[in-house]
Amino acid sequence: MIEVKHLCKSFDDKQVLFDINVVFEKGKQNLIIGQSGSGKTVLLKCLVGLFQPEEGHVLFNDRDFTAMNEKQKKNVRKEIGMLFQGGALFDSMSVMQNVMFPLQMFSDMSKAEQITRANFCIDRVGLEDAHDKLPAEISGGMQKRAAIARAIALNPKYLFCDEPNSGLDPKTGVVIDKLIEEITQEFQITTIINTHDMNSVLEHGDYINYIYKGKLWWKGDKMNFLATDNPELQDFIYSTEILKRLKPSR
Amino acid sequence: MQFFFNFGRYLVLMKKAFGRPLNFRYFLKQLVAEIDAIGLNSLGIVTIISVFIGAVLVIQAGYQMQNPLIPAYTLGYGVRESIILEFAPTIVSLILAGKIGSSIASQIGTMRITEQIDALDIMGVNSASFLIFPKIVAGLLSFPFLVLISMMIGITGGYLAAVLWGISSSANFIAGLEYWFVPFEIVYAIIKATFYSFLIVSISSYYGYYAKGGAVDVGRASTKAVVYASVAILLSNLILTKLILG
Repeated sequence: MIEVKHLCKSFDDKQVLFDINVVFEKGKQNLIIGQSGSGKTVLLKCLVGLFQPEEGHVLFNDRDFTAMNEKQKKNVRKEIGMLFQGGALFDSMSVMQNVMFPLQMFSDMSKAEQITRANFCIDRVGLEDAHDKLPAEISGGMQKRAAIARAIALNPKYLFCDEPNSGLDPKTGVVIDKLIEEITQEFQITTIINTHDMNSVLEHGDYINYIYKGKLWWKGDKMNFLATDNPELQDFIYSTEILKRLKPSR
Repeated sequence: MQFFFNFGRYLVLMKKAFGRPLNFRYFLKQLVAEIDAIGLNSLGIVTIISVFIGAVLVIQAGYQMQNPLIPAYTLGYGVRESIILEFAPTIVSLILAGKIGSSIASQIGTMRITEQIDALDIMGVNSASFLIFPKIVAGLLSFPFLVLISMMIGITGGYLAAVLWGISSSANFIAGLEYWFVPFEIVYAIIKATFYSFLIVSISSYYGYYAKGGAVDVGRASTKAVVYASVAILLSNLILTKLILG
């Protein structure tokens, strides 16, 4: 479980996040949604420690990440996997080397054990034929899957995904969403997904947090999401003509 | 003001870069790859530059020394001194600042804008140490050899030009090369080259590490890296020469 308390973040004089309070549950897909520029990515980067918030706390199973020194943060980071928007695979390394990398750096496994674990992760995301391929030699969807394999290599307790299906065709996007859902349930990971893809929200989101102008505007589960009477969230959900037609009349 | 901001941030980055490698075996693997990229891959350009610099130096010096009062060995002596003291360490380093500097800045800059550096940081890897430290060590190990090779090839180029075009006899040129040779001058050149290698690698890494935006910004970071590394080489050349020989 990850708990965020009174989190605020500014860049120069511009405040981007205002007093965010939220809990992300274990074994669930916790979604952060909102328009571009609403502060979703900044929130995600504050959670993983890439940005230091001015105020507030981020607690990983009651351990205050924001108050930790670098050495303590390093221990928590070993429990974190992150899937970046562009995959962020190391482009000089093959898929296998990318997945092996965190194992080589942080695990006490023998070389043979590392290879077995890397093979398991690569096979789990369905990239059996791409072990020796460089990121530039595989498609965007395969890069995302390789990035998921790298993110789960160390058996993380927390998985952060920044717009996991952006830049992918709808079908591949669904495959990636499904994979994240399966992995979350299979390994009981606390998964936090940053997205503005409505299909992901409706299909895979267990808990949904709507960020509007840097504030946590609405939170709830999937069941209450479509029935919301929050005008800003309604604007966001029913922003396309097709969805407007599906809007329930009151 | 901007200068002090950049200089302060550069020092902080260097402090981070000199952190202990997380996995020593992996560091050695990276070091070998960087020696290949920085040292071995620069041999071709160093050879070409050195042979032409040596040859042109001889032609120009020969043109200026047509006075019969100047001893015949002066040509070889002058060429040796110019190559050892200045051309091999400084001019070769300036050219390598362009080749290696732009390569390092664009490589690290691309890693920055494609979030590969963020990925390292989130994993708990000291990205500065992981990316920059092997390059610095590889530069420190490679540059002295590149400069020594440049000296040998430059002098050989000069000798060939002098003899083939009849600017000097072989015996006179060799006598000049042997005349009043001070071995410390080689040490001086290596000290300079070592400093330059650090400046090139660290400044280029700095501009790459803090690149932001897109491809255009990586290009800009790469240009800045080459310009500032070159200025730093020229400035440190003056200071080191004054300190060591002045």
